[in-house]
Formats: sequence, structure tokens, C-alpha cells
Amino acid sequence: MAIIKTEHLTHLYGKGTPFEKAAIHDVNLEIEEGELVGVIGHTGSGKSTLIQHLNGLLKPTSGHIYIDGTDIFENTQILQKTRFKVGLVFQYPEYQLFEETVEKDIAFGPKNLGFTEEQINEAVSHAMECVGLSDKFRKKSPFELSGGQKRRVAIAGVIAMRPKVLILDEPTAGLDPKGRDTILNLISDYHRAEKNTVLLVSHSMEDVAKYCSKVLVMNQGSVFSYGTVAETFSRADEIEQIGLSVPQVTRLFSLLSKEGFEAGEEVYTIARAKEILLQKFLQKGGTNDVI
Amino acid sequence: MSDLIEFKHVSFSYHQMEEEAEPIPVLHDVNLSVKKGEFVAVLGHNGSGKSTLAKHINAILQPSEGVVYVDAIDTRDDNMIFEIRQHVGMVFQNPDNQIVATIVEEDVAFALENLGVEPKEIRKRVDAALKGVGMFAYREHAPHQLSGGQKQRVAIAGIIAMNPDCIVLDEPTAMLDPHGRREVLKTIQRLNKEHGTTVILITHFMDEAASADRVVVVDGGKVLMDDVPKAVFLQVERMKEIGLDVPQVTELAYELNKAGVPFAPDVLTVEEFAAEFKRMMEA
Repeated sequence: MAIIKTEHLTHLYGKGTPFEKAAIHDVNLEIEEGELVGVIGHTGSGKSTLIQHLNGLLKPTSGHIYIDGTDIFENTQILQKTRFKVGLVFQYPEYQLFEETVEKDIAFGPKNLGFTEEQINEAVSHAMECVGLSDKFRKKSPFELSGGQKRRVAIAGVIAMRPKVLILDEPTAGLDPKGRDTILNLISDYHRAEKNTVLLVSHSMEDVAKYCSKVLVMNQGSVFSYGTVAETFSRADEIEQIGLSVPQVTRLFSLLSKEGFEAGEEVYTIARAKEILLQKFLQKGGTNDVI
Repeated sequence: MSDLIEFKHVSFSYHQMEEEAEPIPVLHDVNLSVKKGEFVAVLGHNGSGKSTLAKHINAILQPSEGVVYVDAIDTRDDNMIFEIRQHVGMVFQNPDNQIVATIVEEDVAFALENLGVEPKEIRKRVDAALKGVGMFAYREHAPHQLSGGQKQRVAIAGIIAMNPDCIVLDEPTAMLDPHGRREVLKTIQRLNKEHGTTVILITHFMDEAASADRVVVVDGGKVLMDDVPKAVFLQVERMKEIGLDVPQVTELAYELNKAGVPFAPDVLTVEEFAAEFKRMMEA
């Protein structure tokens, strides 16, 4: 059964005014449990509006959202439970830190869930471990940490509620390459260990290609495509036409294919590109001693 | 070509609030010169000192030791600060923090009005600046109606209306989507090529740096590398060690070399890689 399902989900901003605009229109999605899904789309494509529906922060103008088979707007109890079941990490989440210590900030969610002291303590330890923060950070003020560390505290605050679905809106925005890799590796490890569902909103096709199992591409408020990474990049030309970019190696192989070299598959990681090219050079090397 | 900007043995420390606390050193003995009309990219991870370096160029910060010259003016001379800031304009990361007016063209005119420029001249310069960044059609829009990339271009227009010799951009595309990034980068490149404006671009995006004349890599408050993009990105291991990236095709060429294929290692673009691939296949 799909963990996330939407049926004819539509959201209009400014309904009934001259500024009425469909932010998302007739979105039908089924996301299976345990996937790590990359969500891609340019600004204004509806991806933020969509994810805010998935834990009930926004109410659809029409259509339904099912989490774990239950319509989340059926009644307020279900809606409230959904907020904990689906954890949402906003963009620049470090601006939302507010407590005196890292430990208290992370404990805020579990505390509101009614966890016991012991459970809270365990949830905090677990969440800190997930984001790679050692125990010495517990008593520190979140405001004396670096930007990357603050962001990890904010993510830990959501993980501590043990959500079945974790949604992160551009978790690497504004970070340098090293900080970006650290966060993405942590998310990937967390996903592998917990085996739950993770949605990752990103502008980087390189990152999505490297870390995700499925890709959801949004365009002008509708689902452009949803499928495996290979399926998605098989439409590289169309994706570039809607204003998104594909990984540089994917562009390389589409250029090479125009010049007569067929890889026979979609190439979107450096590791795979290397294997294919090495094989090609080896074949040639047999007659020409290139290698 | 003469040097427009010159750093001579520049060191800088931030002073802490408590008087007895040790100052925090950020820059160490930085020597750097930028010629008129050059396009220089500055790379470095967060905390490497690259933004501190940038703030020295228009005297937001002054060196603790050493000297910074802007068009031969010493930035430590407080009487010359306004003069320096008319030579060098800065664009920052967050477009929302840089827009002050409620109408696009008023925002671009803001600095000129403060400088007491003639109204007729203001009109001329604002129109030219907005055309320069491709935002003339939006001159009567409110900034909040614009996308991030458009807002950032308005911020750039506000700077070029002052006719600076040099623009320093501190991660201007960090908060933009790929489309917005392309818009802003194209605008910067055009300013550099067509108007000869000197550009210093601080960025985390290696493809942006690859299109510069020169790449300066800052690490631990020191200039670690200063060379043409090809020569810098060639050092894949070293770049990765200090937490930076290289373009994917450069990494691929490096990996092929490591596996024993004599592939030219200094490719930066898809086209260069494809050409080298073809050459090898035909060899």
C-alpha cells in the first residue's frame, strides 16, 4: 500500500478574487513506503505547496490526501496525528531554533507528543546520533553553533518525533559542497537505517541522481513525471525544456550519442560514466594499444 | 592593464565583545591583485574567509595589518570611503535584504538620489541599468511580485546605476533556482564582456567559477591557489581535500586518468570532454 497518496489534489490561492491562481492542479500521486524521493521543480512549480499538504499545513481546495491509507482531513484527531507522522523540515530550518540548549530544542516535539522523560531522552539521543551530533552538544546553546550544525539540530528536532515520513525542503540551500555532502550522507544513512519514507526537495539534479531512488518532477502545478532516476533522465531533453537542469554527465552522454556513441542506458553518475567509458577504451585498446 | 584592486600582506581579525578575549584571526597575509576588466571567481568553504576578503574591497572592513588599494586609494583612509564605494559596488546573497523601495525603478534610483544626482541624469542611468540586467519591462512592478532571480538582477541594477568600475558579488545565486542562477550569471557575464566592468564573484557553484578568467581559492584565511580555471580544477584531489567540488566532467577525466587512460585532464565543459573523447577514439 502506498504510504502517501493524493487524489485529484488541487489548491487555489486567492480563490474567488481576481488573483486566483492554481498552485497545484489535479495531482495524483502514489508513493510507496521506504522510498527516498527527490522532488524537483523550478520556483513556482508547486512543489512547496504540494509538500505542505502532505502533513495538513495547507487544506486542499479539492481532492484528497491519504497517509497510510487514511484521509488526513477526515477529522481533527487524524489531522493532529498526521502532523507527527509526517515530519516537515522547512527551508533554512535553523531560523526556527529557539531553546536555550540543543537538547531542549530537540526535545520540544517529543515533549508535545506526551512522551515520558525517559522516552524523550532516548528520542533526543537517537535524533542527535542520526544527524551526527555527539553528546557534548547537548548542553550547548544552539546559537553558538555553526550554520551547518544549527541546521542539523533543526533536522534532529523533527527526527526526534519518529515520523514515518520525513520531508525536507531544500536541506542543503546555502551550504558549501562539504556541508552539503555531510547533510545528504546523513539523510541517506538515516533513510537506510530507519527504512522509512523520505522526500527531499532539491534544485540539484546531481544530488538527486546520487542519493534518491525515485524522482518526482513538478512543472506548472502538475506532476511532470514520477519514476526511477533512470526513467526520469531518459527524458533529459524534455526536462531541460521545462527549465530544469540534468547532471553534467547526463548532458555529456546525450552529446556523445548525437555524435554516434551510444551508451545503451541513461548515465547520471560519475561512477557509471567511468565504467562505460573505460570499457569503451578497453575495447579499442585491444587493437590500438590506447591503454 | 593596471591593477584596480590590490591586497598587500593583508591580515584581519575580528574583535570579540569582551575586551580581554583574544581576537579571532580570519585572514593571514593575503596578497592579491585584480586588473581592470577581469572576471575573478573566489572559491572557499564556509568559514574560509572569502566573505571577509570581499568586504575589504569596498572598505566595509579595513585590514588589521597590511593595505588594500582600490584604484590606488588606501581603504584605511576614512575620508575616501565614499569615493571607494563609488568604485566598488557589492551585491549580497539574499535579494530580499537589499531592496528598499516599493517600486523597482525607485529602488534602482535610491543610491543616485542619495548622491544628489540630477533628476534627468537619474532617469537616464536607471533606464540604462534596468536594460542592462534585462529588467526594464518590470520597472513599474513591486519587488515582491518578482522571482528571486529577478530581484537579484534589480539589486545588480541598483549597483550598476552608480557606474562602478568593479562589482563584488557574495554568493548572489545561493538562494536561487537553476533558472534564476542562469539569469543572474548571464547578466554578470554580459556586464563584464560588454561594459568591461571588473567582476569578483564569490560562489559555491563550480560551473560559475569555470567561466571566469581566474579562480582564487581561499582556505583558512589564506590564498591557496590563484590561477586560470583549468589549472585550478585540474587539482581534483586538492580541491576535494579542502571541501570543494570540481565540474563533473573534470572529475570523470581525472578518474579515467587514474584508471590508466591518457585522457586530457583539463576539460571543464561537456563540449571539451566530447572533443577529447572523439580525438581519442580516432587516434
